[in-house]
Amino acid sequence: MSRLKILALLPLAAALSGCNYVVLAPAGDIAAQQRDLVIISTILMLLIVVPVMALTVLFAWRYRQSNSSARYEPDWDHSTKLELVIWSAPLLIIVCLGALTWMGTHLLDPYRTLGRIHADRAIDQSKAPLEVDVVALDWKWLFIYPDYGIATVNDLAAPVDRPINFRITASSVMNSFYIPALAGQIYAMPGMETKLHAVVNHAGTFKGFSANYSGAGFSGMHFNFQGLDDKGFDAWVAQAKSAGGSLGRAEYLQLEKPSENEPVRRWGTVESDLYRLILNMCVETGKMCQSEMMAIDAKGGNGHEGLNNTLPLSYDKYARRGTEFGPEPSFVAGTCTPDAPQGQTTAAIKAPLDTAPLIGAGLKRPTFSPLKSSSFFLGQRPKSDS
Amino acid sequence: MSPDLLKLIFGRLGIDSLPLHEPILVGTFIMVALGGITLFAGVTYFRLWGYLWREWFTTVDHKRIGIMYMILGIVMLLRGFADALMMRAQQALAFNGSEGFLPAHHYDQVFTAHGVIMIFFVAMPLVTGLMNYVVPLQIGARDVSFPFLNNFSFWMTVGGAVLVMASLFIGEFARTGWLAYPPLSNIGYSPDVGVDYYIWALQVAGVGTTLSGINLICTIVKLRCPGMTMMKMPVFTWTSLCTNILIVASFPVLTVVLALLSLDRYVGTNFFTNDFGGSPMMYVNLIWIWGHPEVYILVLPAFGIFSEVTSTFSGKRLFGYTSMVYATVVITILSYLVWLHHFFTMGSGASVNSFFGITTMIISIPTGAKMFNWLFTMYRGRIRYELPMLWTIAFMLTFVIGGMTGVLLAVPPADFVLHNSLFLIAHFHNVIIGGVVFGAFAGINYWFPKAFGFKLDPFWGKLSFWFWVTGFYMAFMPLYVLGLMGVTRRLRVFDDPSLQIWFVIAAIGAGLVFLGILSMLMQFAVSFLKREQLKDVTGDPWDARTLEWATSSPPPDYNFAFTPVVHDNDAWWDMKKRGYQRPLVGFKSIHMPRSTGTGIILAGFATAMGFGLIWYIWWLAALSFIALLAVGIGHTFNYHRDFDIPADDVIRTEDARTKLLAGAK
Repeated sequence: MSRLKILALLPLAAALSGCNYVVLAPAGDIAAQQRDLVIISTILMLLIVVPVMALTVLFAWRYRQSNSSARYEPDWDHSTKLELVIWSAPLLIIVCLGALTWMGTHLLDPYRTLGRIHADRAIDQSKAPLEVDVVALDWKWLFIYPDYGIATVNDLAAPVDRPINFRITASSVMNSFYIPALAGQIYAMPGMETKLHAVVNHAGTFKGFSANYSGAGFSGMHFNFQGLDDKGFDAWVAQAKSAGGSLGRAEYLQLEKPSENEPVRRWGTVESDLYRLILNMCVETGKMCQSEMMAIDAKGGNGHEGLNNTLPLSYDKYARRGTEFGPEPSFVAGTCTPDAPQGQTTAAIKAPLDTAPLIGAGLKRPTFSPLKSSSFFLGQRPKSDS
Repeated sequence: MSPDLLKLIFGRLGIDSLPLHEPILVGTFIMVALGGITLFAGVTYFRLWGYLWREWFTTVDHKRIGIMYMILGIVMLLRGFADALMMRAQQALAFNGSEGFLPAHHYDQVFTAHGVIMIFFVAMPLVTGLMNYVVPLQIGARDVSFPFLNNFSFWMTVGGAVLVMASLFIGEFARTGWLAYPPLSNIGYSPDVGVDYYIWALQVAGVGTTLSGINLICTIVKLRCPGMTMMKMPVFTWTSLCTNILIVASFPVLTVVLALLSLDRYVGTNFFTNDFGGSPMMYVNLIWIWGHPEVYILVLPAFGIFSEVTSTFSGKRLFGYTSMVYATVVITILSYLVWLHHFFTMGSGASVNSFFGITTMIISIPTGAKMFNWLFTMYRGRIRYELPMLWTIAFMLTFVIGGMTGVLLAVPPADFVLHNSLFLIAHFHNVIIGGVVFGAFAGINYWFPKAFGFKLDPFWGKLSFWFWVTGFYMAFMPLYVLGLMGVTRRLRVFDDPSLQIWFVIAAIGAGLVFLGILSMLMQFAVSFLKREQLKDVTGDPWDARTLEWATSSPPPDYNFAFTPVVHDNDAWWDMKKRGYQRPLVGFKSIHMPRSTGTGIILAGFATAMGFGLIWYIWWLAALSFIALLAVGIGHTFNYHRDFDIPADDVIRTEDARTKLLAGAK
């Protein structure tokens, strides 16, 4: 038994000994508060777990068969007082822990903006938070700094004591964005955005990675997160700026193809709209953005004209294959906007799937015309417009 | 032959589907093939096929089906544990630039298969096997309500296991993790057969599990012997009832969510795709609405076993029977209100997260009450440290640690830093090994003499116990530590060399567990050889308390010559106290269900259909489906479903027992 107990104490002993325990010794205020909750909850539960374990060992020893001096009451099977104790003791602990959970969960909600920099430092209102857009790709991380117009792969930096607002999405499958030293994790999911607010309190280099298995290259999907002083951060930004290069739609589509163990890469300029396009899964030109689709749906849809608004998906994701019986992979074609006129890039789309008149009980063909500047819509309008 | 014809006949199955380039798999295949040929030859040589077919494969006797479930669980344990050893070895080796010995393609299958096999084809058969064997005996019934369905359920479970095993040598298994989250598991990112093996193995086995759940609920509700009111049922029967209610209410969710995933994969629907309004988050919710009750499906029967064992070996009535029953019922209900705690990090709001966090914590109250009830059952008892009791003590000490880390993970902000880390892995192995596996072993050691008429050898049993317990702590305590270092799960290679020592300790722990498993197999072998020494003729070797010990070991086909009448909890203890005399005359013929091969045939067709669907061999799938319907309908015209054991046979069996009992005294 003694060997067992020593082994059981290992985590505790280990927790007290090293500096490697990043979850217990983080560098960011959010992670530190989460750590505090881990420790307080554990202590609260030990209040009941330790007595139970001790009593188990005590009773197991005391009431062994060979100990004939211990009392033996074979028919004693009920005691209202004891029942009250054994139900109310765990209940009390859970009441305390429940209150702690309710408060902690709301205070440390990753969507909530920060209320403080550190236990003893308030937010500096003069400094705007650092905005970082995070995209989990197969199998690397893309970080876009919209305020600086730079982007990096597998390299993240932030100034010490400046709040960071992360907006997080993914290109293909689920991942989880996690820098243990900074703050708890949150999933990165395609077509969806999650948020994380955090701040780093110490300069240093920390590990960040995906904490949700995402396929073959998952093990290599990590990066360094650097906490830098203001000067250091400016130098870091300048370094990215000087790297030159531009991350636009075409470069992104190239980048999002699966690759493993990617080295750090930097771009001096980024297409301003890129993150929004990634989030709405419409980096490929001609594809309708989810936000547009949702706007149309919110208005009750486009009626029958929306029905045939799909095109074969010839260029989509690397691995996308058709199902055995289903239709060919397809997507909803985008409507035109002044910012993204379709005419420039829809040359690859040769013809609509179906040019036959829409079928409807006595309905007229739709006469939807989104914007005057559009060159054509699904090939049904003359090309000469452009 | 033309490619079109080949495709028509073999679907996407080809020579290149066989993993001939993987030396580990080829080696394994040779070993398995040699073992299989030896077994086949042995059975043929000793002319056992007819015996096996008549007495075992086609049997509708709940006792034999229970034993076959246990054998399935133990065989699959060897496979699942081989996967565990490979993972531990890979993670212990893959440091300092080493890639270890498993490429991603293989390693990702290994951890997926490990999870799937251990839950569906080890834990579930072990738990179902024990319930199948013990419940009818505990309630004084002759068999389950639907004996043929029971046989069919078992073979469907085997069918699922066969598909998983086939994926080892034909094609590949899923590389998605054991719950196969989309979009990764959808056709775009997993176009190969792996996820299809996963889907159809679980669908085939799931039919068996659901039907067996219905069967046992019906048995417990309808077939209790006279006098056994609900509140006089043994606790194991109570936990079995709750478990089967959970099965019947939750497995259909799994069936539906896998059906939707297969629609996405086969016909291009968009339930869980990124595009076209599909929502992978829906899958995550649905699979955990099944997945969380599943945890309680496994652990509740284990709680029942511990209750029986503690009370028997303390020589005492169970403390707080009523609160034990209510605790079980409360856990059953609450287990449906906590599923979201598996993905606090998916971005639900703080109110939703705290709701599910707090409901999760509330479950620890009835669980804690149970723990105290076992504790006070031991209090003022006379505890005999036989093997089942040793496992129970190990469970009590281990499970509270797992329970504590579980409640910790239910605090959402704490979960944000520990989710998906090795801390989580350590937690759920702590409760599943410490709870379910220790429970199954306690149950095996406890009921083995009932099933076979001799006890299990205590020396090898204790050896196995100590290897398992120390191995468990060595294998999983380092994972708690690694989790606090921020190491996440399912990694194949590592950068930080300072982590290696912990993985090496964990690998040594896994090695100890391996010795524990070997000792257990040795225990079975040695006990069989020493069966005359370990023999028990009384039918009640532990001086136990519940009805299953009232009959002979092994029990006759009809379980009880006369249906017992119950007046108190711990019915057999009560009968012994009142000076129960075994009736020696007045035996009548007994009406019993007849064996049938329909179950194994149906399951065979279902498995073939699954195989056809996996490989796009449409003719095979269609023919198997038609055959399935035909045999199923055909069976409804089988009017030879029952027979009477003649009174003479009953008299002969009972007289033989009378002589044995006289000899024992």
